[in-house]
Amino acid sequence: MSAELISELVALLGPARVLTKKEDLIPYGFDGTAALNQLPRAVVFPDNAAEVSALVKIARARRMPVVTRGSGTGLSGGSVPVENALVACLTGMNRIRELDTRNLTLRADAGVITQKIFETADAAGLFYPPDPGSMKISTIGGNVAENSGGLRGLKYGVTRDYVMGMEVVLADGSICWLGNKCVKDVAGYNLRDLFIGSEGTLGIVTQVLLKLLPKPAARQTLLATYASMDAAAETVSAIIAAKIIPCTLEFLDRKTVQCVEDYARVNLPLDSEAVLLIETDGHPSAVADEAQQIEQIARANGALTVRKARDAAEAAQLATARRSAFSALARRRPTTILEDVTVPRSELAKMIRAVQAIALKHSLDIAVFGHFGDGNLHPTILTDERNAAEMHRVELALKDIVDAALGLGGTITGEHGVGVAKKPFLKQQLGENSHALLKMIKQSLDPLGLLNPGKIFDFPVQENHTPKT
Amino acid sequence: MTPRLTPDDPGAESSAHPHSGKTSLASLDYSVLQQCMHCGMCLPTCPTYAETGRERNSPRGRIALMRAVADRELNVTTSFAEEMSYCLGCLACTTACPAGVDYTTLLETARAHVESSGITATPKRTFVRWFTMGWLFKKPRLLRLAGRLLWLYQVTGFQRAFRKLRLTSLLPKRIRELEPSTPKIQRHFSDTLIPEITLARGEKRYRVALLTGCVQDLVFSDVNHATAQVLAENGCEVVTPRTQFCCGSLHAHNGDQENAHILARRQIDTIDPERFDAIISNAAGCGSHLKHYDRLLAEDPRYAARAKAWSLKVRDVSEWLIEIGFRKPHAGTGATAPHIVTYHEACHLCHGQKISKQPREILRAISNVELRECAESTWCCGSAGIYNITQPSTSAWLQMRKLGHLKATGATLVTTANPGCHLQIENGLRATGDTQIEVVHPVVLLAKAYRTEIARR
Repeated sequence: MSAELISELVALLGPARVLTKKEDLIPYGFDGTAALNQLPRAVVFPDNAAEVSALVKIARARRMPVVTRGSGTGLSGGSVPVENALVACLTGMNRIRELDTRNLTLRADAGVITQKIFETADAAGLFYPPDPGSMKISTIGGNVAENSGGLRGLKYGVTRDYVMGMEVVLADGSICWLGNKCVKDVAGYNLRDLFIGSEGTLGIVTQVLLKLLPKPAARQTLLATYASMDAAAETVSAIIAAKIIPCTLEFLDRKTVQCVEDYARVNLPLDSEAVLLIETDGHPSAVADEAQQIEQIARANGALTVRKARDAAEAAQLATARRSAFSALARRRPTTILEDVTVPRSELAKMIRAVQAIALKHSLDIAVFGHFGDGNLHPTILTDERNAAEMHRVELALKDIVDAALGLGGTITGEHGVGVAKKPFLKQQLGENSHALLKMIKQSLDPLGLLNPGKIFDFPVQENHTPKT
Repeated sequence: MTPRLTPDDPGAESSAHPHSGKTSLASLDYSVLQQCMHCGMCLPTCPTYAETGRERNSPRGRIALMRAVADRELNVTTSFAEEMSYCLGCLACTTACPAGVDYTTLLETARAHVESSGITATPKRTFVRWFTMGWLFKKPRLLRLAGRLLWLYQVTGFQRAFRKLRLTSLLPKRIRELEPSTPKIQRHFSDTLIPEITLARGEKRYRVALLTGCVQDLVFSDVNHATAQVLAENGCEVVTPRTQFCCGSLHAHNGDQENAHILARRQIDTIDPERFDAIISNAAGCGSHLKHYDRLLAEDPRYAARAKAWSLKVRDVSEWLIEIGFRKPHAGTGATAPHIVTYHEACHLCHGQKISKQPREILRAISNVELRECAESTWCCGSAGIYNITQPSTSAWLQMRKLGHLKATGATLVTTANPGCHLQIENGLRATGDTQIEVVHPVVLLAKAYRTEIARR
């Protein structure tokens, strides 16, 4: 049966766009998430929605699960294959279809790299704000599927806030357009939002219509260092209390700073307990004024040093250095397990202290960095997947971190998605009824359970269900 | 979903030193493989991934295959061997990698593993490997003799006649395709141009050894000559041993660890690091490998200590000049018009040795040089050691991509610090009928500027 399916796929896409050899498949067995690996049955590279639709129908006829993938940079296992899966890799769908400067929108294929979206808008004097850490590699389709955040979340929000419409292929192979260029639109349910962050479990996003903003005329980046995490946290609270919303308000702890500096060599201070990376953008005079206020607030709250980026190049260097934090931490130990808990901003200092206590309790090496401004933390456990005893303590620590975050009114994931990594904790956050509601939606859109099964929650593939078509 | 399978006992496969020249992936320290956390930061910098868009052709994909071999989940197949050969070894991924993955060791070990498995062996391939790596590039006098014969063939008009009579059409297809890019051998090799000891001009501040290389010696001996002059001009007494062995980079990069070891030991025997302040290389590919002797010979009880000392002393010429605060020449190159210059970064200089600023500083120090940056200056030109022979189509694609970026700057001089890149770009220019643009090593321009200055005194 499987061989027939492969020949149907080859007939549809040609042999070069259907991978089945073990050497070709092994590199598609994982994404950016640690310690997850599963060989797919095949990997295919469709070029457009019609081909996606056709391959979904082929897979559906044979009850083969379909896992959609972009560049495979996800951090919750969302695009890690399941057994016998057909991986639909959309990186070949990489055209920017339209830049509409009159409506400030950009329409692109799902496989376009996020950085290219940013650059295309930038070249036209426009601005696409969401900037996930992996933006140089990640695809926009993946960003939409995971509702990715980034460094500018505090002021500009996340991917969801910039999706005006999308083309999506449903589980039965039908192709839908959801949304349009209208700023106001209340025609029917807002189904577009349903697919944002659905992690490939409800449909396959093949094209997106994005909202753009005018490019801020000026930016200023500041770097402040502290002798204690509390002083850094106080600074953040004081900035917000002064009614300043910087574009970026990032922090890194000592361990993270050391690893990042080791890689990026941007003269980060190695002797401080916490570093804040702050960026303000907007009208030049407002930026200058805010930067000055931020500097004063930082100093008043115990900053050891405050450094202003000399120019755009230095600012970009610092932001790039911050974006490398997660990967740079891999320098310390063989396995890097990245957490993504988020708490209301007011609870951030408490959450960081909780993480530090949890590291002590389980004798683990945990570094912490994250988006101070929006409460999104990345406690990163540095461990070795081959050390069973330590991995057991990691599991206990992960549970403790989740408990602590939920105890503070937080969420188990701020921007990475549930995928496989957070699946065990979802019900604890949502409660029985809300959790059941997710499954009801899944049931109505993908009754056979073929789209990215086993992600977010368990929903068994329906072997004997008769498809409608 | 299953957790990644790993050997039960973490220590079972690990070696005493993680980076020494292993010939089996399974014998490599497992943590070198584990260092890759597959975040994908390498993808946009990898030329072969850019060409195909397939993960197996990316650094993290290749590492996944290597790990599968180490885990005994995958045998060393022809397909695996092809993949390791398809990698340029440009090391762009090592610059992009925040996690600090030692891709050099991984690739060299994987290639050695492929060779020791014998999967790619054919009588012809085995002969060619023996002839080049086991014989020609192991015997410096033989290599110079071969170079001399090729020079005679070129200067006596035989080459022209051979080409004119279209006798080239009798050659096998691959050789025929490569024939036009046969490098032009220099009349004088380095030992004729450079005395064994070049005295420092003015006060002697340092004593350095100059490595003249193999291709550099035969094809670009003028670069070696310029290097010696530039060093002497900056207070260095330059010792240039008459007979020098190949550094073994050719061997290490192509899975011949045994000969790489032998050649590294001979090199250290020839030049005792303790006797010099620095050991200077001007060929990026060699320099990158020379700096790794410490890990190559880490398990050799007789050489480990000296190899360590050796690695500490090796410098690329531009790196050394900046380190010692080279003197800015008081004159330009002597040309009447200013040179519009662009700089192509050899992979093994910018990625292999993380040297990017220094050659530019040297160029900017020359008064009649206007440096214009080209796009993708850190992208491989497709030369990549013997890659233009083993993977001609990808090599040609990269060559044309590179030429496009170089020409877009409007430069009339392309500077680069590696003989492979030099030839690849020059051949590309010649093949596309461009006669306006010249290729030159940065130190050659600096040497010219010093010479102009001296002539004016």
